[in-house]
Amino acid sequence: MLKNIKTILKSVREFKKPTILCLIFIIGEVVMEVLIPFITSYLVNRIKAGENLGGILSTGILMVLAALASLAFGVLAGRHSAYASAGLARNLRHDMYVRIQDFSFANIDKFSSSSLVTRMTTDITNVQNSYMMMIRIAVRAPMMFIFAIAMGIIMGGRLATTFLVIIPVLGFGLFMIGRLAMPAFRSVFRKYDKLNESIEENVRGMRVVKGFAREDHETGKFNTASDDIRRDFTKAERIVGLNGPIMQMCLYFNLTFVLFVGSQMIIKSRGVEIDVGQISAMITYGFQILMSLMMINMIYIMLTMSVESIKRIAEVLREDPTITNPAEPVTEMTDGSIEFRDVSFRYSAAAKRDSLHDINIKIESGMTVGVLGGTGSGKTTLIQLIPRLYDVTEGEVLVGGRSVTDYDLKFLRDNVSVVLQKNELFSGTIKENLMWGNENATDEQIHDAARLACADEFINSFPDGYDTHIEQGGTNVSGGQKQRLCIARALLKAPKILILDDSTSAVDTHTDALIRKGFKEFIPETTKIIIAQRVASVMDSDLILIMDGGRLVASGKHDELLESSDIYREIYEQQTRGGDENEQ
Amino acid sequence: MSSNRGRRGGASPKDLKEASGSIGRALKMYFKYFPVLTPVIIVCILTNAIVNAIPSTFIQKVIAVIEQYWEAGDWDSAAPKIIGYLTILVGLYILALSLSVLQSQLLAYMTQKFLHNFRRDMFSTMQRLPIRYFDTHKHGYIMSHYTNDIDTLRQLVSMALPSLLQAAVTLVTVFCIMNYYSIWLTLVLVAGVVAMAVVSGKIGGGSAKYFVRQQQAVAATEGYVQEMMNGQKVVKVFNHEQKGIEEFNKLNDELCLDSSKANAYANILGPIVNNIGNILYVLLATVGGILLLTHVPNISFSRMALDISILVPFLNMAKQFMGQINQLTMQVNAVVMAGAGAKRIFALVDEPAEADEGYVTLTKAKKNEAGEYVETSDSDGVWAWRHPHQAEGTVTFVPVEGDVVLTDVDFEYVEGKQVLYDVSVFAEPGQKVAFVGATGAGKTTITNLINRFYDIADGKIRYDGINVNKIKKKDLRRSLGLVLQDTNLFTGTVMDNIRYGRLDATDEECRDAARLAGADDFIERLPEGYNTPLTNNGSNLSQGQRQLIAIARAAVADPPVMILDEATSSIDTRTEKIVQRGMDKLMEDRTVFVIAHRLSTVMDSDVIMVLDHGRIIERGSHEKLLAEKGTYYQLYTGAFELE
Repeated sequence: MLKNIKTILKSVREFKKPTILCLIFIIGEVVMEVLIPFITSYLVNRIKAGENLGGILSTGILMVLAALASLAFGVLAGRHSAYASAGLARNLRHDMYVRIQDFSFANIDKFSSSSLVTRMTTDITNVQNSYMMMIRIAVRAPMMFIFAIAMGIIMGGRLATTFLVIIPVLGFGLFMIGRLAMPAFRSVFRKYDKLNESIEENVRGMRVVKGFAREDHETGKFNTASDDIRRDFTKAERIVGLNGPIMQMCLYFNLTFVLFVGSQMIIKSRGVEIDVGQISAMITYGFQILMSLMMINMIYIMLTMSVESIKRIAEVLREDPTITNPAEPVTEMTDGSIEFRDVSFRYSAAAKRDSLHDINIKIESGMTVGVLGGTGSGKTTLIQLIPRLYDVTEGEVLVGGRSVTDYDLKFLRDNVSVVLQKNELFSGTIKENLMWGNENATDEQIHDAARLACADEFINSFPDGYDTHIEQGGTNVSGGQKQRLCIARALLKAPKILILDDSTSAVDTHTDALIRKGFKEFIPETTKIIIAQRVASVMDSDLILIMDGGRLVASGKHDELLESSDIYREIYEQQTRGGDENEQ
Repeated sequence: MSSNRGRRGGASPKDLKEASGSIGRALKMYFKYFPVLTPVIIVCILTNAIVNAIPSTFIQKVIAVIEQYWEAGDWDSAAPKIIGYLTILVGLYILALSLSVLQSQLLAYMTQKFLHNFRRDMFSTMQRLPIRYFDTHKHGYIMSHYTNDIDTLRQLVSMALPSLLQAAVTLVTVFCIMNYYSIWLTLVLVAGVVAMAVVSGKIGGGSAKYFVRQQQAVAATEGYVQEMMNGQKVVKVFNHEQKGIEEFNKLNDELCLDSSKANAYANILGPIVNNIGNILYVLLATVGGILLLTHVPNISFSRMALDISILVPFLNMAKQFMGQINQLTMQVNAVVMAGAGAKRIFALVDEPAEADEGYVTLTKAKKNEAGEYVETSDSDGVWAWRHPHQAEGTVTFVPVEGDVVLTDVDFEYVEGKQVLYDVSVFAEPGQKVAFVGATGAGKTTITNLINRFYDIADGKIRYDGINVNKIKKKDLRRSLGLVLQDTNLFTGTVMDNIRYGRLDATDEECRDAARLAGADDFIERLPEGYNTPLTNNGSNLSQGQRQLIAIARAAVADPPVMILDEATSSIDTRTEKIVQRGMDKLMEDRTVFVIAHRLSTVMDSDVIMVLDHGRIIERGSHEKLLAEKGTYYQLYTGAFELE
């Protein structure tokens, strides 16, 4: 907990100054606020004493000045606290974003994209609000508490004994309520989250609900859960509801006590010990003390509420990237040859089984290699090791005769270009998207790459051509078009190795073949690795790898595999059966 | 994203008017739920507020006593009077406290009960809404009714309304008491309050403006973060990190600036209002002092002359008065927001439920001696349609066989945008009918019409010779099994999920269904077998495994007709082979409608319909269609892109 807070406070940096200024202004404000009842009591006493207008006015002006000072301090503190907390939020967002950019695929998998988004938005907003409350209240409440007690004792003398009653009563009351209510709230919030999840599940699965005519069943389930929450919530809120009455009780006690003891003191001392002015001041101080206790209580609640957010942000900030640049990075690559030496891989240390087991492959530069296998057979895992998206658990991957861990990361990934299976386009024009591959690409180069990916034709069919705007996630182009744009983008890197991870699944077979033909003709030097579902996409490769259950179970050319691999033959026959029948 | 909602904006008169209608309705419901407790709690709040306003008069009385005796120092004479007043005060306090405790406990109970009832109404209404509603509303939007909107109602009934009521009553009471003492001073106070209102209105306006800007900046930043986080792997593959940081910094700085300004406005309101209050206090004291000195005749309802015993409690009341005004302004926003939330909730609750005029129901029947079907409760009966004929006053029973006929069906989701034209389909009992075609050709639409998720515009659909419009929707759907591409599993055990198909199925029947689907094997290997809990749509299972459970779920329902909509599309060909075995078993002896993207799944169908832009352009068996060398042939040989 403390460690998490420390991690977060590291991001305050240049906003330390406004934070400290805010604290100073708050002190000023509190001093004034405590002074005002003091001056007021003088004012009241002077009026009571029937002093002339001059005396009243001079005290009145003093008080107006104090109020103006308090106002100025308050405004300054308010501005600085807003600035400091917005600044902290800014720095946190920045630090998180930068940190995430250093994350490896393994780091990203660990958090998941959607959770990273929540951490960078909702959680930071929570921390921003807490920080603002904190720097305003954390000093204010205790200061107010101490000053009000001090002034009360100075002014009221014996009357201050009232504090001996109200402070412990309210303090103890708040403490007990907090202790009883917090766990109740925590558990009910968890249930509440669950209820919302189940509503979401219901909405998402509405076709199933209606398809099975389960509306009443769902309503029944929901009512039980909702009523359960109602009961728990009521219990928790009933406890917290006592906050108000306890505060009220203390205020009442204070007033009655001050009136009774105060009037006695005034009359017995004939207005010497204290006077009417002090009585009203003591009521105000009592109120201030009780309020500051409530505020201290609020800090505690705010903190416990944002503990989760703090933890979740600190987790990201403290996460170490699992893949980093070597000390002496190599920025030269002889050719596009690839070798896997006794490679095993598991996604996490906790995983029960290897995702890849004992893989040995040699691929010569310029080869076209096809990879086949079912879901979960390890195809994607295999190719992700080449540009070091993940690091091997055992063994070694070599590119151009050198271990991939020797290369500069950026250099390696520029030369090993992957078209990911779950690919993304970004909002912006087609041209901007393609230029991710090479930000200095000329129009000529862009058109060449698009042509090679068979994307040129459909891009030109759009009214805006290469300036056509792509929506977030690429939702305004079809699946096949999106895949071809992604291939073009990868080609613009002019890589030594090009990897397509099931990147033509939505493209028709004719275009698919054209793309492969283009590769052969125009980028013969580049090593090409193609993962596919369709046998036709890999049939004429120089080498075909068959993966099953994380193992390389067969490799060779089409003809060899038809002879030697049952899996290959099975897939081949399944996919070409109809065609054969037709030809007969 | 929940960001662009302008949650803290200032309240315009239009907002107020729209909000008040919905709030009125919410309050009516509140009263309906608690016809006895509502008056009780109102009495509590009223009494409490009045009791809280009264002490000032006792202070006045006590100070008057002090005035009378202090110069003489005669405590013994003063004591009985003071003690007398204080005793009454303590009595009042005890009353106020008990009411206050009662109020807090009642409020906790009533608030939660109210919210529960509201949630319940929303949810049960939602279950009755047609699929169209869910197809045309974003899930996030529907969800926000249960989270944000309900929360605004909670704020309203648990905080805003009680404190508004309390503040208003206190204001009126205090105002009366003040006038009772001195109208002069009250006038000064009113003038001050007007000034306060003007200033806080100005600041509030500025604050609202910047909060809107902040919301926009938040939305922009969130949008960027979301896009980049989703594409983070692509960012890495293309070494795009540095450029991303630069763009992000721009958005981030803007957000920081707007957020800082918006919060600054909100933060300074408190000190300003507070200190205007202090200055007003001085003003009152000074004016009071002057009045005392110059002996200006006091105008008041009490006809008391102005003296220190009035001035001191008056000053205290002035503080109280301004505090309550502050309370009022703070709650206005909450009320407006609650009004908007209530309006959105009522929009959902008022949504017309799915209409159902069907009267033909599903029942068990068996043949009697005369060879006619009659209703039975025996388990060996067959499923039959119970068809009452109102004209003759008779009831006939038609055994359910799964004979589905669509004749010349037209359909449009949105008026003017027809998606199906003259579609006719004949599915005899036990036949497998497949639909192929590009996305948007109308395949899923046809199945949406058979189970009446949507109703046809023109044409006829008959099920075992009965017009589907006459069949009660629930019974119709119970006779149609459904396996969709997106398998929606529910939180609960594997067993619970299978039993979803038929709630009264025994454990053994569920196991049988799982065995039939070929799911038994992997389920047994799960950590807790059939009792393994599934969460988050079965995220701990593979896509293929989820699909197998969905098949088992359909199997346990044992319906005469099955609809398989892209049930194997997101599974690779090798896994599909395993799932296919389960599917084949499931399809035996049933009428089956299959929609598939992958042609290998539909090849062995009795009839294949090729759809294009809402029309059936080819129909026939696989062999026949290939021989025709038409669209199906092109699709099959891969010369066509399906999407």
